[in-house]
Amino acid sequence: MTKPLLIKDGRIIDPGQKIDEVGSLLVAEGKISWLGKGKAGPPQADCDVLNAQGLIVCPGFIDLHCHLRQPGYEDKETIASGTRAAARGGFTTVCCMPNTNPPLDNQTTVEYVKSRAASEGVVRVLPIGCISKGRKGEELAEMGDLAASGVIAFSDDGKPALNSYIMRQALDYSRAFDLVIIDHCEDTALTEGGQMNEGIISTRLGLRGMPNAAEDIIVARDLALAQLTGGRLHIAHTSTEGAVELIRRAKEKGIKVTAEATPHHLTLTEERLIGYDTNAKVYPPLRTERDVQALIQGIKDNTIDIIATDHAPHTEADKLCEFAFAPFGISGFETALASLMGLVHNEQLTLSTLIAKLTGKPAKIIGDKQGRLGTLAVGAPADVTIFDPSLEWTVDTKDFASKGRNTPLSGEKLKGRVMATLYQGKLVYKDDSIKVKER
Amino acid sequence: MRTGQQIKTVAPKPTEIWRHHHILDIDDFSREEIEFVFQTTRAMKEVLSRPIKRVPALRGKTLITLFYEPSTRTRLSFELAAKNLGADAASLSAPASSVAKGESLVDTLSTLQALGADIVVMRHPQSGAPYIATKYMEASMVNAGDGWHAHPTQALLDIYTIQEHKGDLKGLKVVIVGDIMHSRVARSNIWGLTTMGAEVTLCCPPTLLPTGLGGQHRQLPQVSIEHDIERALDGADAVMALRLQLERQRSGLLPSTREYIQLYQLNQTRLARAKPDALVLHPGPVNEGVEIASAVAHGPQSVINEQVTNGVAVRMALLYILAGSPKQ
Amino acid sequence: MSRKVIMTQDDIKRTLARIAHEIIERNKVIENLLLVGMHTRGVPLAKRLAANIEDFAKLKIAVGALDISLYRDDLSSLELKPTVKSTDIPTSVDGKSIVLVDDVLYTGRSIRAAMDALIDLGRPRSIQLAVLIDRGHRELPIRADYVGKNMPSSRHEEIQVQLKESDGLDEVAIIPVPSDREGQ
Repeated sequence: MTKPLLIKDGRIIDPGQKIDEVGSLLVAEGKISWLGKGKAGPPQADCDVLNAQGLIVCPGFIDLHCHLRQPGYEDKETIASGTRAAARGGFTTVCCMPNTNPPLDNQTTVEYVKSRAASEGVVRVLPIGCISKGRKGEELAEMGDLAASGVIAFSDDGKPALNSYIMRQALDYSRAFDLVIIDHCEDTALTEGGQMNEGIISTRLGLRGMPNAAEDIIVARDLALAQLTGGRLHIAHTSTEGAVELIRRAKEKGIKVTAEATPHHLTLTEERLIGYDTNAKVYPPLRTERDVQALIQGIKDNTIDIIATDHAPHTEADKLCEFAFAPFGISGFETALASLMGLVHNEQLTLSTLIAKLTGKPAKIIGDKQGRLGTLAVGAPADVTIFDPSLEWTVDTKDFASKGRNTPLSGEKLKGRVMATLYQGKLVYKDDSIKVKER
Repeated sequence: MRTGQQIKTVAPKPTEIWRHHHILDIDDFSREEIEFVFQTTRAMKEVLSRPIKRVPALRGKTLITLFYEPSTRTRLSFELAAKNLGADAASLSAPASSVAKGESLVDTLSTLQALGADIVVMRHPQSGAPYIATKYMEASMVNAGDGWHAHPTQALLDIYTIQEHKGDLKGLKVVIVGDIMHSRVARSNIWGLTTMGAEVTLCCPPTLLPTGLGGQHRQLPQVSIEHDIERALDGADAVMALRLQLERQRSGLLPSTREYIQLYQLNQTRLARAKPDALVLHPGPVNEGVEIASAVAHGPQSVINEQVTNGVAVRMALLYILAGSPKQ
Repeated sequence: MSRKVIMTQDDIKRTLARIAHEIIERNKVIENLLLVGMHTRGVPLAKRLAANIEDFAKLKIAVGALDISLYRDDLSSLELKPTVKSTDIPTSVDGKSIVLVDDVLYTGRSIRAAMDALIDLGRPRSIQLAVLIDRGHRELPIRADYVGKNMPSSRHEEIQVQLKESDGLDEVAIIPVPSDREGQ
């Protein structure tokens, strides 16, 4: 058994427990065993010490939306590389989408992912099951089986559940397991061949655009179906002003909907595409400043419940080609916190809101079957993220643990950096400057 | 053939005007840069008027044309321009199938680099494809048309042709009629003409107008939209008809070609709404009887053949300037 | 060392008169003469020489301007690349006795380029060369037929020719230049 670890004198922020003050945290046997405010010393003297002075100590981040690519696309990412990248980004729980090959539409593939995660992963991996068999959008997958094998949600992500009848059945049927249906909202008739947001920039670049309406239409439909069925709906990667407004009104009406936004949609606009950077090619496309502001407003007023990375790694060769041939997606784990901290530094979000959207709020959507996640409560798994809110660094993709170096932020100077990540009490990532001393 | 006006020699040094190692788009050209190209073009036209249309300015330089789309005229124009300047011109034709995913453009470009190309002229069906070159190639890249994005040398020759006839473009009304959405020629002309001070009117069915140019999203003050061709042509100084690229159109953009001809063909009656000395341009190849009536394409106001001649001179000027341009 | 005037306005005027006489003397058939000035300062010099010859011989003399940018051998960089100016020669060069006119004769490379340019325009009967200053340092086997002034110079010096038409005054000076700008 490893010795207990005292995380000393950090600024402890746990919005779920309404804690935001300097204090110390003792981790023993994989759980939070003590939390002391101020200068209080730990009940136990025999422990290692991590000095967190000047750093923020918060629950480990939870990502409800990422792509680990295994099985099937191990050249882009594996569970081993993806979870290490997650740890570097401060994530201790990652929910992986089922668009693997074969897709996670049956118990066997889900079990495969879980066993790989247990043997090779360094953080918690919670699989998401398919809505439809083979992600074809034709017949429902065996949701009961999938639920029994431990999936925490259903989604055909990468594609929408275009058939409204199937979507209705999914929302209805999943009520039996109290699991959420995550939809990728895209009216593909309006986005076919689309490369980026539709607007003056797509006109300038001569690329086929994808209008906001393509997202808004499916969000509106899904909300109507959620209302019809009473099922739990979660809107993936919200990107438009219109979708935010639709979700806001639906929540006012009491429809059971939650929503996420990604760090890139909260911080970048379509102007990133000028110069044809395929690393900025993502679905939904980066939109306009107006949409970005609407998303931030949605985060503030809880229309958008959580922030999820939509970490979508691709190889360099995948992205090194003509713009139209490049796949959609941004490798997001390792820059998520730092880019989001930009919103804190320019006072658009509070630190506590940001942390809540990465910890307690996604834990609530996952539910309590997986244990107490996203909290520093005594007795909860010791999933802890320690970060420096104001350390400046330059993104160098060569340092990435992810196989996917596809980020438009390469070379960018960011402020805020994860310094250490504990998963179940074990240090799974530590910056070189952090020293653990024996007491 | 008209000769250019006498040239003033007090211009600033080329290094103070010219910033490009590649020619990718015209939207980042300043007015001074365009004027510099035109000034050099006039000298090249003088060369073209000689009995021996050849100077040794680019002796020892190698130009390679890399065309992923068929185009006999643009390619020929570049190759003649290179040869007139004493450069060696070679060409690589890529069959349409090799554009399919899996074939690496980057590999092809690095091969051309290794073969010693100084200038690569590329046409590619994908918007933005030439931009890849700028990251992996030291040679100068000249965009000879990429997807719907840009065709900078075509726009320069169009604007040069208009300027030869009309002088300063400031305040001139230039109408572009046709499939704006899918046209790189239209896009490059919009940026180039507005940089030179012209007022551009776009005329097309609303479904062939790209977002951000008209209606509630209008973002360019010198560009206006007129869906009625007769109103669009009122008082125009120059009219450019675009090829209706039937093969590129997705169903549903137009009910039928017949209706398009009825509503948007540039014919003599409609041309009469423009100024009597209005120029008629077309980037070629012309679909006579579709976007433009034969009588107009071959009529007294047509400068379509001059565009072709000027194309060689403009490309000579660009190659000459690029051969000494700063590396990036 | 500082700037030193080596030709004044009067010197230039006298010199051009002398060269005009020499041209007349050397060329028996004046009607066949074509004076071609090289851009930039050779052009006004050619015009002045032509005016002198017309004055002395009472005969109209054809004058042209030649731009050699496209014929130079040192132009791989835009830094050295002058703006291409118009070549404007009013008559065919075939069978003409051409007098090429430039301000300073130095390495001879410009003259080589000018001869190539002229020969591309046709087949002149002969080409002669008139220069205001010959400063030495030839790199090609070229010499001038008419020289205003021989001015032995160092490579670290610059010969600055100013003419009323382009610079507002007539004067030739010699200026020392730092060695890193050598050859400009």
